[in-house]
Amino acid sequence: MKKNKIVDIAMRWLFTVCGFLSIIFVIVITAFLVSSGVPAIGEIGIREFLFGTTWASTAKNPEYGILPFILSSVYGTFGAILIGVPFGVLCAVFLAKSSSRKASSVFSSVIELMSGIPSVVYGLVGMIVIVPNVRALFGLPDGANLFSAIIVLAIMILPSVISISQTAIQAVPHEYEEASLALGATKTETIFKVTLPAAKSGILASIVLGIGRALGEAMAVMMVAGNVANMPSLFKSVRFLTTAVASEMSYSSGLQRQALFSIALVLFIFILLINIILNFVVKRERK
Amino acid sequence: MREKISAKRRIINAILNSLVFSAALIIFVLVILMAGYILFRGLPHITGEFLTTKPSMVRETVGILPNILNTIYIIIITIMIVLPLGVGGAVYLQEYASNKKAVKVIELATETLAGIPSIIYGLVGMLIFVQFFTLGTSLIAGALTLVIMTLPTVIRTTQESLKTVPQSYREGAFALGAGKWYTIRTVVLPSAVDGIITGCILAIGRITGESAALLFTAGMANELLSPLDAVQSDNAGSTLTVSLYMYAKERGDFETAFAVAAVLLFISVIINVSVKIAKNKFKRGEEK
Repeated sequence: MKKNKIVDIAMRWLFTVCGFLSIIFVIVITAFLVSSGVPAIGEIGIREFLFGTTWASTAKNPEYGILPFILSSVYGTFGAILIGVPFGVLCAVFLAKSSSRKASSVFSSVIELMSGIPSVVYGLVGMIVIVPNVRALFGLPDGANLFSAIIVLAIMILPSVISISQTAIQAVPHEYEEASLALGATKTETIFKVTLPAAKSGILASIVLGIGRALGEAMAVMMVAGNVANMPSLFKSVRFLTTAVASEMSYSSGLQRQALFSIALVLFIFILLINIILNFVVKRERK
Repeated sequence: MREKISAKRRIINAILNSLVFSAALIIFVLVILMAGYILFRGLPHITGEFLTTKPSMVRETVGILPNILNTIYIIIITIMIVLPLGVGGAVYLQEYASNKKAVKVIELATETLAGIPSIIYGLVGMLIFVQFFTLGTSLIAGALTLVIMTLPTVIRTTQESLKTVPQSYREGAFALGAGKWYTIRTVVLPSAVDGIITGCILAIGRITGESAALLFTAGMANELLSPLDAVQSDNAGSTLTVSLYMYAKERGDFETAFAVAAVLLFISVIINVSVKIAKNKFKRGEEK
């Protein structure tokens, strides 16, 4: 009996440690990012770093302005949301409300397949299919630009937008829809005027999640965006925050390397803000 | 009924309906075309030799055996570590934790972990495991990085399935005089095993598809490693996704890249089907 009690107490401690592991990891990640990211910002100067428009890390007189990366990430994410979300919400409506069960089950398998495809595969297809077509279509010297990145990101965020929106649409109480139908609205009018507004906060959550996905994607963007540190423009080769870190990491040293950690810190802060917004949206929905 | 609707309403209805239908159709065709294109470009290059050799400069052949093995090694190491940690965390949240505030903070931390982009995991993994713990660029450093990354997945799916274990099971065990740990080990965990398996498969999917987190932790080497090499420091190796990236971006060898993409496509189909099977079992268990 006594031995059992000791084992019970030991296991309680073990499980407690496992439980608090997530918190420990978040703290460790934050600590490492802050301690390796802050020194370079101090040396470069926070204004020059955040609002400088030139990134020339390997020049004789190096300049470390990351505004081009910040703006590219913001524009790219915004573009991906602008294209991806309407498609995603319409697809979610199809999945949730389609009259044919078989069609929606086949379609949801396709969406699952889509979410399982690794990002480098999207990057590869973007590189071989989208980039040359963008070049030909708009008569550009090079098709690897912000526009191609937006297309690829819009496709990549679809699975998460669709699945969260679909859950939100299905969570709308049937009474709402039945009341609307009883008042003489058609099925389609009910979906667009009653169901979607009622599922608003869930759809908003899917948009915020999509923003997080697009902002954090590195490999696919690296393969299609051209990777030059330009100020963003739709048909110019650009570098995102994520790809700025990834592209110079392997050969960087000194202040340049530290500046890359600072970029990661900026990206991390962006993602934390988005998480906070997401939490806020979800919590308001629960109320 | 239909005649009572005005022409304007009927037109708007038709437009909205066709928008919904065409959006779904476009995405459907897009995915099918993409998968078809990958198979069309990749399948011709998948031969027995391609799957069972390492790349040779002398004979000018490419093989992806090292990458397949590295992917398997990383999956095994990661799952072996993350499974006990994640299941333990979920058990704490569901069975032990009495402080609601602590649970809230833990859940917030887990959500935060789930939202962190993989490139940041790669960077932090490099700082912590490669440099701080001096493991060097190695499979083991990559696997440890992925442990942190996949922890939220395992915790969440395990927690979901623990929630479905009826309270009466626990009460029954307690009434028979079983201790807390004994109850968890013999009653609670066995009833939640389907959910744990689902979490495992999802984590495997995440690991197989991961590239940004592995680039600077597990490295880009294409050498054949034995299982014993895999758990030692400084033994770098690229997984299938990282090798795809290297073949496409650094070497411009698109034939090989598409062949790897086709292999990855097969794997993700297998993983999707496995998740479905595990979830179906899970549902049936609930109905009982």
